[in-house]
Amino acid sequence: MSNSYLSPYSRFFQSDLTIGLRHHPVAFVSLVIFAILCLLAAFAPLLAPFDPFDTTQIDILNSERPPFWAEGAEPAFLFGTDDQGRDMWSIMLYGLRLSLIIGLGAVLVQTLIGVSIGLISGYVGGRVDSLLMRLADIQLSFSTLMIAIVFLALTQVVGGRAFFAQYAPFLLIVIIGLAEWPQYARTVRATVLAEKQKEYVDAARIMGFGPVRIMVRHILPNSLASIFVISTIQIANAIIAEASLSFLGLGMPIAYPSLGSLIASGFDYLFSGSWWITTLPALLLVVLILVVNLLGDWLRDSIAPQHVPEAG
Amino acid sequence: MALLSVQNLNVKFGGPFGAITAVNNVSFELQKGERLGIVGESGAGKSITGFAMMNLLNAPGFIDRGKVLFDGQDMVRLNERQLRKIRGNRMAMIFQDPLVTLNPVLTIGQQMVETLMAHRRLRQDEAEFIAIQKLREVYISAPESRLGQYPHELSGGMRQRVIIAIALLLDPDLIIADEPTTALDVTTQADILELLLHLCMANNVGLILITHDLGVVCQLTERVMVMYAGEVVETGKTREVINDPQHPYTQGLISALPQQTLPGTPLKSIAGYMPSLLSLPEGCPFHPRCAYASPECTRERPSLVQYRDASVACHEVNRLHQETLVE
Repeated sequence: MSNSYLSPYSRFFQSDLTIGLRHHPVAFVSLVIFAILCLLAAFAPLLAPFDPFDTTQIDILNSERPPFWAEGAEPAFLFGTDDQGRDMWSIMLYGLRLSLIIGLGAVLVQTLIGVSIGLISGYVGGRVDSLLMRLADIQLSFSTLMIAIVFLALTQVVGGRAFFAQYAPFLLIVIIGLAEWPQYARTVRATVLAEKQKEYVDAARIMGFGPVRIMVRHILPNSLASIFVISTIQIANAIIAEASLSFLGLGMPIAYPSLGSLIASGFDYLFSGSWWITTLPALLLVVLILVVNLLGDWLRDSIAPQHVPEAG
Repeated sequence: MALLSVQNLNVKFGGPFGAITAVNNVSFELQKGERLGIVGESGAGKSITGFAMMNLLNAPGFIDRGKVLFDGQDMVRLNERQLRKIRGNRMAMIFQDPLVTLNPVLTIGQQMVETLMAHRRLRQDEAEFIAIQKLREVYISAPESRLGQYPHELSGGMRQRVIIAIALLLDPDLIIADEPTTALDVTTQADILELLLHLCMANNVGLILITHDLGVVCQLTERVMVMYAGEVVETGKTREVINDPQHPYTQGLISALPQQTLPGTPLKSIAGYMPSLLSLPEGCPFHPRCAYASPECTRERPSLVQYRDASVACHEVNRLHQETLVE
């Protein structure tokens, strides 16, 4: 092919979305912070001064050291230590990593299930549609936390704590993923119903394309906008769900803490003066969720065609 | 053998008030390379007839009775897999609005290559080569660079050319064009029609042109079929039908053309509206709007009768012809 058209690379940098980002400082800062958080999580093993899972590096005598600005701080521990003497900075990096992995993993599971069901439901219609949507209604009538609590508690009892500790991240991903697929299925179905009416779908059928090809190659790319928008909301939701479950003691065990379990573990020491064990991971969690939500807002404003993004 | 032979086609739509008949007892034939126009006002069943030929009616529409023999195969009886082999490959369709017919998120190249690869075993570069050739055939400048462009980067006329190129991609035997120029402005319209005519004649492709524009029919087609309320009221050689319309409805349509009116005088129109398919009048469906309606017309539905080169479904025409025969 000729070289007269833009490469995908320059297309990306000249797209309305990228240009819009430059004129939207809140979104831009959010994106930068989110990118930094992702990098911190990805390179946690390189960035953390201590390995919080290596018991030889943990000394109980170092427990409850305050962060660097407070009195009695140990310079080796930037943000102090927790009740077991683990370096807060290191363990928060690993916690952030776990929270992000579980959040993204759960959303991936939701997307896979929800998008396929939504596509089939919307495209095939009729009885299949009714059946799948009633299933979604039933699923939605149970709260995510309720399902997760029942299921995780049962696994802990049946499988034992050691088994649970080993598979906790996968269990959390699967359970949060399974509990929230209807959100995707409903959104995708609604988009598919709208797209199905458009003539390019008729044109595709007239070209002799099969239903799977039409769904995946023609309708799905046209529904991506709404999938993106709902994904940002769902990532925040999934991270919160994981944090809540861990806080309740049903998520990540304290030996491999996520941000939620860190908050929970420090909760007992909050009023005895060691406020940082709870507050610092909580702050990190709040920043993470806030940033994801702000990005989601901006994405919704820029992608939804009926919505003119405010110039700002 | 005719390329396409439609026999007693009946299309119905299921609804809360019972099934209504959208296409009633339509029969016609099309030879290879022949060009047929289907005219009528909105709701006459033209587009439905087009979709029925592909056996691609959306629910609640369905083919109730009749045969659509394409190259000897009955499209009504074929299964989905066999139909897919014919659709796009041997029978292609061009839609009214080029703005919405192309998939907005795929490039022109992707859409053309996908169509080719869905029907033929080709490598990517072979498919691209054919795509470029076809784009050149429809007079698109710099076809190589168009492959990487998205539909929104092209003008309406260009898009309709691309759609025609896609329709021609697999060298079909028949193209069904459903109001191909309605969404375009007049100058582009003329270009596209000329292109369509040229391509059909050069490749010996049959064309079914669905339109409400008699001018377009005159330009492009050899035979014409006038539809009213789901029925064929008159059919014959285009020149005969346009120059010497027999059926009062066809006469009305032709005298309603703006060219038939002197400047400064109001445009002529056929009084009244097409009846709702839910409550078709008894007898001839056109009789409430017909100036020549007799008591017989309100009772009995006329059937198509052939006179020389045209067939007409009208009691009055029938009577006049019989009187002349007696004299």
